[in-house]
Amino acid sequence: MEIKKIQNDSELTMSISGRLDTNAAPKLIADIDESLVEGVKSFVLDMAECDYVASSGLRAILGAQKKMNALQGTMVVKNVVSDVMEVFEMTGFADILNFE
Amino acid sequence: MKKELNVKATLENLHTVLGFIEENLELVECPMKIAMKIVVCVEELYVNVASYAYEGVSGDCRLEFVVDDATPNRVNITILDEGKPFNPLEKEDPDTTLDADEREIGGLGIFMVKNIMDTISYERKEENNIIIMEKSW
Repeated sequence: MEIKKIQNDSELTMSISGRLDTNAAPKLIADIDESLVEGVKSFVLDMAECDYVASSGLRAILGAQKKMNALQGTMVVKNVVSDVMEVFEMTGFADILNFE
Repeated sequence: MKKELNVKATLENLHTVLGFIEENLELVECPMKIAMKIVVCVEELYVNVASYAYEGVSGDCRLEFVVDDATPNRVNITILDEGKPFNPLEKEDPDTTLDADEREIGGLGIFMVKNIMDTISYERKEENNIIIMEKSW
């Protein structure tokens, strides 16, 4: 899995490509912990190139949403492919995340 | 067709395990959408074994991949370890209706497995934990 980050003032966009599996999730969690800090008001997670999410990956995404809530910012998940969307729906994540 | 893979139960071997499952699903022409979900299930269960079954000592995990000639659209996958008794199916389902701040972290993986697979069972037999699951397409 690859993570690309673009910071634009208070908006941070993170694009992940490849598989968000158990071995990749800790890297995303570390990146989220490091990047979502005071001053970030808008977080965009672009998943266009992510074709696989395991429960460890869902946990990482949930962690990001909790963090943005604590920062009183917003989070949007973008360009989710249909296979991954099914996983979000099955686990109730489709209801807690904002999609675009 | 019956295929078998034996590995040391470590997270380093996750990709070997998932590669084995993907390769064989491709051989039996399982549609990609279904294959991805089956792989998610195997990952969840294998990660459980690699993380909890052996606690500090090293141990093995065996995977069996079976597709009967009579039912070419159905796969039967067995995951076996010799670790301490552990039935992952007993884990309580998470409340999927809570919002982000209330959502707890645990139980999600097994919940996904139960949702995706058609059948799944656990048994403890001769010092082994044995998970057997099936999926048709």
